[in-house]
Amino acid sequence: MTSSLKLQLGRRYRFSASHRLHSAHLTEEENCRVFGKCNNPYGHGHNYIVEVGLSGEVDPATGMIANLADLDAFVQRQVLDDFDHKSLNEDVPAFRDQVPTTENLCVEIFQRLQSFPKARLERVRVEETGKNSFEYTGNNLEGNRP
Amino acid sequence: MVLITRKIEFSASHLYNNPNFSAEENRRIFGKCNNPHGHGHNYTLEVTVAGEPDPITGMVLDLKQLKDILEREVMQRMDHRHLNYEVPELAGQIPTTENIARVIWQLLDPKITQGKLHRVRLYESPDLFADCYRNGAAAAGKP
Repeated sequence: MTSSLKLQLGRRYRFSASHRLHSAHLTEEENCRVFGKCNNPYGHGHNYIVEVGLSGEVDPATGMIANLADLDAFVQRQVLDDFDHKSLNEDVPAFRDQVPTTENLCVEIFQRLQSFPKARLERVRVEETGKNSFEYTGNNLEGNRP
Repeated sequence: MVLITRKIEFSASHLYNNPNFSAEENRRIFGKCNNPHGHGHNYTLEVTVAGEPDPITGMVLDLKQLKDILEREVMQRMDHRHLNYEVPELAGQIPTTENIARVIWQLLDPKITQGKLHRVRLYESPDLFADCYRNGAAAAGKP
């Protein structure tokens, strides 16, 4: 019965960061047209929510897929320490030559969390505001398989 | 195929403790969830059923029936209960969100006869939840 079911753990984290959407490959007018007010020169900020989905066997001794203390510490180290109260453009190396859209942010966070040793990362969903969110499940539909 | 979701809330208490672990191990592994007198949560349960809408009624299933099943199988068993001591289906298991979600799946699956149970999502808090799927169906449930 147990093995016929698949359990996923979901956990949400929050960070606040600033960004500016601007591409060096576009002219000033194009940047303005494509990114609108997100292209304003001094940037702006959001309260981001990151939702992480992990799957694995439930350890009968603990009842857990993964210990939340381990997961929280890992996410803190891999993502929140580098992103919270930072400028994504200036402080995160991946966004020096990549526009820090929430799509790209989602992929970057997925890559940073993929090496979690205790469970399989299935998906990363990032909410930029209450109205928009993006989700990345790795390269195949079944999610990442380490 | 259409997915239809019904949400209910219940409140319950629990604690995490494995009698095979020493007191120190229990404390280290489970942290404050190991506090001896337990603690409580407002759980939110989302039950998703998959099926084709009936051409006559336009419904995947009768929502009133689903409501009655949830009342009988989940609310009456778990609402305002201590999950460690009062829910026999959880006996011998640590009442983590994962295990409660699985037990709820096992309780609901045989009772849902119109459509097919697709997902059980149980929130312990807005920031922590567990999803239970039939193995192999998870990919289909991804947005």
